Amino acid sequence: MSEARAIVLRAAGINCEQESRAACEKVGFRTDVLHVNRFFEKPVLLKEYQFLIVPGGFSYGDDLGAGKVLANELKMKLMPQLRDFVRAGKLVLGICNGFQILVKAGLLPDPLDSDSSLLTLANNDSGKYEDRWIRLKVSSTKSEFLKMEEVIELPVAHGEGKFLPRDSEVLRRWEQGGQLVLKYVGPEDREAGYPWNPNGSLSSVAGICDPTGRVLGLMPHPERFQDAVNHPQWTRRGSDIRPDGLKFFLNAREYVKRNL
Amino acid sequence: MIWRVDVATKEGLVDGIARGALSALQEAGLQGLSRVLAAQVYLLEGDLDRAAADRVARELLQDPVAQTSTVVPATEPPPVPAGFRSVLVFKKPGVMDPVEASALKAVGDLGLRARCIRTGLRYLVQCGEPDARLRDAAARVLANEAIEEVSVGERAFARIDLGSPYAFTLVRVPILEVSDDDLLKLSRRMGLHFTLKEFHAVRDYFRKEGREPTDVELESVAQTWSEHCKHKTFTGEIRYRGRTISNLLKSTIAKATQAIAAPWCVSVFKDNAGIIEFDETHNVCFKVETHNHPSAIEPYGGANTGLGGVIRDILGCGLGAKPVCSTDVFCVGLPDAREIPPGTIHPRRLLKGVMSGVRDYGNRMGIPTVNGAVFFDERYTGNPLVYAGTVGILPKEMSFKEVRAGDLAVVVGGRTGRDGIHGATFSSVELHDKSETVSSGAVQIGNAIVEKRVLDTVLQARDRGLYRAITDCGAGGLSSAVGEMGEKTGAEVDLDLVPLKYEGLSYSEIWISEAQERMVIAVPPEKREELLAVFAAEDVEATVIGRFTGDGTLRLRYKGKAVGAIDMAFLHDGLPKFEREATYTPPPVRELDLPEKASYGEDLKKILSSWNVCSKEWIIRQYDHEVQGGSVVKPLTGAANDGPSDAAVVRPVLSHYKGIAIGCGMNPRYGDLSAYDMAANAIDEALRNVVAVGGDPARTAILDNFSWGNPDNPENLGALVEAAQACHDVAVAYGTPFISGKDSLNNEFRVGGKTVVIPHSLLVSAISIVEDVRKCVTMDAKEPGMLLLLVGDTRNELGGSHYHLVNGVSGGHVPKVDLPAGKKVLQAMAAAIRSGYVRAAHDLSEGGLAVAAAEMAFAGGWGVMLELKDTPARPKLPFDRDDVLLFSESPSRFLVEASPDPSWGFISLLKGMGVPFMQVGKVTLDPRFVVKGCNGQTLIDETIADLKEAWQRPLRW
Repeated sequence: MSEARAIVLRAAGINCEQESRAACEKVGFRTDVLHVNRFFEKPVLLKEYQFLIVPGGFSYGDDLGAGKVLANELKMKLMPQLRDFVRAGKLVLGICNGFQILVKAGLLPDPLDSDSSLLTLANNDSGKYEDRWIRLKVSSTKSEFLKMEEVIELPVAHGEGKFLPRDSEVLRRWEQGGQLVLKYVGPEDREAGYPWNPNGSLSSVAGICDPTGRVLGLMPHPERFQDAVNHPQWTRRGSDIRPDGLKFFLNAREYVKRNL
Repeated sequence: MIWRVDVATKEGLVDGIARGALSALQEAGLQGLSRVLAAQVYLLEGDLDRAAADRVARELLQDPVAQTSTVVPATEPPPVPAGFRSVLVFKKPGVMDPVEASALKAVGDLGLRARCIRTGLRYLVQCGEPDARLRDAAARVLANEAIEEVSVGERAFARIDLGSPYAFTLVRVPILEVSDDDLLKLSRRMGLHFTLKEFHAVRDYFRKEGREPTDVELESVAQTWSEHCKHKTFTGEIRYRGRTISNLLKSTIAKATQAIAAPWCVSVFKDNAGIIEFDETHNVCFKVETHNHPSAIEPYGGANTGLGGVIRDILGCGLGAKPVCSTDVFCVGLPDAREIPPGTIHPRRLLKGVMSGVRDYGNRMGIPTVNGAVFFDERYTGNPLVYAGTVGILPKEMSFKEVRAGDLAVVVGGRTGRDGIHGATFSSVELHDKSETVSSGAVQIGNAIVEKRVLDTVLQARDRGLYRAITDCGAGGLSSAVGEMGEKTGAEVDLDLVPLKYEGLSYSEIWISEAQERMVIAVPPEKREELLAVFAAEDVEATVIGRFTGDGTLRLRYKGKAVGAIDMAFLHDGLPKFEREATYTPPPVRELDLPEKASYGEDLKKILSSWNVCSKEWIIRQYDHEVQGGSVVKPLTGAANDGPSDAAVVRPVLSHYKGIAIGCGMNPRYGDLSAYDMAANAIDEALRNVVAVGGDPARTAILDNFSWGNPDNPENLGALVEAAQACHDVAVAYGTPFISGKDSLNNEFRVGGKTVVIPHSLLVSAISIVEDVRKCVTMDAKEPGMLLLLVGDTRNELGGSHYHLVNGVSGGHVPKVDLPAGKKVLQAMAAAIRSGYVRAAHDLSEGGLAVAAAEMAFAGGWGVMLELKDTPARPKLPFDRDDVLLFSESPSRFLVEASPDPSWGFISLLKGMGVPFMQVGKVTLDPRFVVKGCNGQTLIDETIADLKEAWQRPLRW
């Protein structure tokens, strides 16, 4: 592969596309931002890319539930191509609304098993949309985007982010499979209550990957921490801040370089 | 066939809507309330059989994990469980339902077809009150009857589509031979709000034309001449203290900008927003708007569309700018008010409503809301203020627009409906206790996603050079937008071409509807197809509705028939000049020195807990303040990310480290003592705020937003003249140009025979270029052992202070801005921050030194020790009082954390620039806030946790 190419999906109400593009370009992806209609017109376009980002926002106003309308559209119009994309060993990252879309379209927790009644992202327990920085533990390195077990910091900004599985059995299955790759933790790097777990997510899950590790969905926003000055305490901690959010994109770039 | 789908949260899961309803009904005083359940209700009309309706419910409307649904024919409502009563809340017919379009699309994606979808809420309530009481409470706290209908008990829905065919008849309105009395009656009846002198000018014009006007012609003139659009007071003639001011705007605010002649000002007071230079290739623009009267009637919708409107101002600035951040300021009544006047909304509910309105629009648009303020005063109860501002960025060469004869007029975005009729004229008159029922048509409901799509597509069309001019449809709708764009050329519009939300609108309603999310662009005919394709590619509606002609006339047609023809020259310049008398009698200065106290801990806590000073985290957290990825200084800062930043800093371009600082200044309390000083302080505060984070005062532009009482009252007008004069004087002295502004007058509330006038409220917003954001500082104390220095002079200026407020007294000297000294302080602070001498800086405002120091301490998580005794500058003070030192609100002051290392350059920089300062204390490891007075005695000794709690508690909603 001579050149790594990333595609940032755009649609009515998606609103994190520019910073997602910036993060991709920073790590060396040649990046396009394309409206989803272009793929419906010409699904084969998807083949040109190795990395698909479904960014955050309020697709279709989150009318009918967060991400629902766009998820439904993808499911009806682009599902075979999206599955092929994953089968081809390529990467998919869904951030915030993008995570909700991947879940509701059936691309997570397993793109090859389209049962979309196993998981949802429900209203925050606080009952409110909240923007705050949280601490996350990389609890498994199954995901290609997360290659080191460490604690990282990112902002969340959502009203519907409570990780809610259908039952404890599926949760256990994902846990055992190493799919629950990101968990909210408190100051002692252990699971903790609100506001450390900002939405009441079960088992403090902030992000889940598919069984291949190549599709990742998470509520926090890695693209919002791509520079030290994004960190809320850069004026306190000084220059030793490394932008944790960029790691997701660097790992994606590394993966593509090695495998595709 | 209409199907009804009720979607409810599964038992055992948190239902935010039900929980919110329960607490709201409890607050409303409903007795015996034990449980509330909620369900989202969808009514689907179309060719759907049972199986199709079930599929829509299962696959689309219901979340498979968290929700359940029931599907029934809408004529046979679902049963109500025993012990519960059903309360239904639906939008009134004609009120835009933003969910409908997405829902129709999604049903279509499933391969099914629905014609019409409406949404509502069903609450199931268990309580002991009779139906009437329940309905009454629900109508107050679960709905807004200006736009929604509430019923207790189930109902059958037989029809849900809107509109009925419109039969065209041209309406002429006789005015040529009508008595003055009848003219005024007509003006009121049609909602034109003409003065007699204005109506005479209109009559004289049509006498010359030799015919009676049509309704749409009168409407056009009324919209164009409204205070909202023409700023008649600011541009009229005012007699004040023996002189005649022919144009207040030109002779004060705009004059200052002219005198300063900053080379980096690109476009001022001309376009939808003021434009200044940013980097090599970009300019930035800034506009702040008010949306006061709509928000008084419908807080959510009013604030929602207030922000939506100012975002369109940015999108319509130059050839279109990309919004990069927003600000909002609310002025509301006291949240703990026990009684409120009839016809008003309780301040607590109002604040929740306006906050949610801004939140939902800004978050959905993906524009970070980064700065703001809330002011509380009981006089805002009947007439709250909602300011919304947005900053945009645009390529340098796209900063100007020009309409040419022959260009097509294209309307882009939302469809036109009956919403928002008469908003421009409504906002130009006072509110009264029946406004809620009389003016509900003036309320608009926003749909942020439609606007986001318009934004996405317009910027593509801009970059491809497909149009020559753009403006937003704001107050006055198409009438204002096309009228303004065609001012020099003339325009013709075929009103039947305008896409409608539903049938039945008359040509006149189409012309003046203020339906949201619409822009008008002027397109060279040869670009027509390419332009329409750009919008079609993303499912955005764009329609050619007319063209700009060149004959200087505004021509309106409906299905080929002429319905209006007015000279643009008359429309824009025919407005007779206002002549008004102004007087101003500030209350005499009353010396007021409270007895000194042995301890000020309680006073400090009371000020920290006062509505204006207390933490606004409840609001800030609900705003996405980081989207777009350029956040540098956030509205909340410090060790626990919860201290109050002075201003926000964002990088609109992620490829370099140049940024903008956004701040604001406002203190209506000072206006009760002196309008001039209120305005001067507002500017000084806005500048302090941006400078405190690293803004450059030499590259700072400001915006004025006046919200005032009725200018027909000479005292109100005199106060306005005084404030405008202060704007001029301070701007010139500081070299800080005004680039844009807006006034909202007639902010009064009439109830019974009594009129409540709001405090004189000038909001000053500042935008400052930050050369390198990596040099920015925040206000939280950083490190024990560091010195705290008070920069700037402290005087005995407790007039209008929060110290007086919490002690229930008023009087004393209002803070005055010492212009030469203030300018030097700002320059010195900027230089010190640029040089890296400053670890933390905080501006001193409400509550003075004590509050600033306490906030720095608890934001940083460190203690602070202030020693008012034996400080280097101590002997110079012309007073000898601890209370004054602690709580005076003298402007142009900062509290700065800096290194005690003598080689550190801060002190020599201050000395070199002749800026007064005093060392007042230090940051300590012990998490206590300790103040020792002039005689060395301990005046305050509190834990920072207690102070923080006092500050956070009031608005922890």
